[in-house]
Amino acid sequence: MEKYPAKKLHQAKLPGWVEAIIAQTVVYAPQARQGRFVYDRLSSAAELRLDHDVTILPPKKYLLPQRETLLRFTRAGGFEPAAAPEPFVLFGLHPYDVAAIAQMDRYYGQDNPDTQYLARRRQATIVACDVQNASDNVFAGCMGTATARGARLGNAPAASSQSPPPDPVDLLLTLVGDTYVIEAFSPRGTGLLALAGELEDADPVALGRREQVWQDADKLLRRHRLACRPEELPALMEKSFDSPLWQEMSDTCFSCGSCVTVCPSCFCFDVQDDADWNLEGGTRARRWDGCMLCDFALVAGGHNFRKQRDQRYRHRFFRKASYLPARCGFVGCVGCGRCILACTAKIANPVEVYNRLLEDQA
Amino acid sequence: MTRVPQVPSSPYLPESATIVAKRPLTATEMLFEVRLDSGRALGHMPGQFVELTLPGVGEAPISVSSWRLPQAQAPSPASFELAVRKAGRVTAALHAAEPGRKIGIRGPFGTHFPVDGVMKGRDVVFVAGGIGLAPLRSAIQYVLHNRGDYGQVTVLYGAKSPAERLFVEELAAWAARADAKFMETVDRGDAGWNGNVGVITKLIPLAGIDPTKAIVAACGPPIMYKFVVVSLYAAGVGNENIIVSLERRMKCGIGKCGHCQINGLYACTDGPVFKYSDLVGVPEAM
Repeated sequence: MEKYPAKKLHQAKLPGWVEAIIAQTVVYAPQARQGRFVYDRLSSAAELRLDHDVTILPPKKYLLPQRETLLRFTRAGGFEPAAAPEPFVLFGLHPYDVAAIAQMDRYYGQDNPDTQYLARRRQATIVACDVQNASDNVFAGCMGTATARGARLGNAPAASSQSPPPDPVDLLLTLVGDTYVIEAFSPRGTGLLALAGELEDADPVALGRREQVWQDADKLLRRHRLACRPEELPALMEKSFDSPLWQEMSDTCFSCGSCVTVCPSCFCFDVQDDADWNLEGGTRARRWDGCMLCDFALVAGGHNFRKQRDQRYRHRFFRKASYLPARCGFVGCVGCGRCILACTAKIANPVEVYNRLLEDQA
Repeated sequence: MTRVPQVPSSPYLPESATIVAKRPLTATEMLFEVRLDSGRALGHMPGQFVELTLPGVGEAPISVSSWRLPQAQAPSPASFELAVRKAGRVTAALHAAEPGRKIGIRGPFGTHFPVDGVMKGRDVVFVAGGIGLAPLRSAIQYVLHNRGDYGQVTVLYGAKSPAERLFVEELAAWAARADAKFMETVDRGDAGWNGNVGVITKLIPLAGIDPTKAIVAACGPPIMYKFVVVSLYAAGVGNENIIVSLERRMKCGIGKCGHCQINGLYACTDGPVFKYSDLVGVPEAM
């Protein structure tokens, strides 16, 4: 991977650069809405909130839309793929959200590559931004996703040779004092940065302060403290299938799926056909779905393979901490903390669950 | 690992196909003969499934129920058969569809019965419970087509009642063969039934299974497996010689949508055919 020299941009000059990007391409970025933060189309630099603590929904919605047309069909026969997506920039992603995108890239890219996802993914330019304000529930530090440096997936087995995941970060912004240190990791990144004009190289002092930001992030993004390393979770889960915890915790579960909806590492979907009103054709679309919903494992004929809430609740944690690690080489949790806030019954805190299981084993 | 067709660029894009013929097997099951419009053969192995699209209604996973149709029967050697139970929206609409109707096919997907692998040279025992005969028929046809590659061939079939027996003419043909043993039973008989009455597990000790030589391929409703496996153990058959086909809610067919997960396994790519020894540590399998 080519190394591009890190640059400096005073934060007063950031809006000018962002306006130049908006003028050229579609940009999605974190913005304030009614006391919370959301990802939305950016129409002016003034709306950009790089200081956001956490968004309600992660940026997965731009790579796997809530509803995505897969194809069109006509009654006479014949199927046409959906139109190719337009290029876009995701601007201001926290490192843990970028880590989740790398996870989706590996999951969708390996074995039978999902060319629909990959086509949309290739159109995305990812501009990450180190966390400036920690949210109340973030524990990315515990999951190794507090900062965006190095290979996110560690010692995971190599991805399929058919579809190597693109480097998830095209540009990384880090605020040190009143200046952004900006490092590009790809030609797309340098191309975007060029819109800011000539920039000074980041000097060793700035780079040193950036290193401090990273070290602080690793320490501070631990509002909840996981009592083990993420690599130890699969072994823990192996001993935990019959734990009474699943029944206890899920006793108040609404099966509402809020945890799934807001999770950057959840990406299951359902597929449905919709006929046009004139019945001459229609579309097939996929929509977000989740294993926590009661019908997820229901088959025609009425049998439900995960009928009880404790089975579904347990499955979701096993997928994240046992099945995805075995299949894809990553723990399906980036410590964003969104589920903790979103859960209707306040039973979603993964740190609480894993720590309880650890205690029970001790 | 599974074989995914090379044809379309998107794994979600079906190929155009046509319903060539249909005939009822029972009150709730119908046999469809389907042909890909391109004329290409499906290229499936027994145990694999396709995702069948009825445009506007939806897509459903259906196991392929035939191996290779004899030339005399099929209008085109590329036809394949799907035995479909009317169970939900897509299958109900399919039952109402007429020959000539345009549908879509994706696949074949999934693992297959190892008729071209470990089953060769062994005694083969098929244990089919109810609708489980539909995917097993493909394997049975394959084995009988290549009879010389196997030792003793035994087919055990259990249906709920005589009226619910599938493929009755073929059952008679299997029963008439000198080079295969066919035994069947029904859970409850009727006035005209002279055969065995009782659950399928009653046939297992009567089948003369040599556990040192046999490989058993079983397919049936979820409830059946536990009991069949216990009977097979009693007959001396070990986990490594039991092959099962597990159905789940398979939607995408390629291991992405997540619906068919059995613990950490995907029924659509790690299955639907599994060695029972691979399911021993998988609590959600049975």
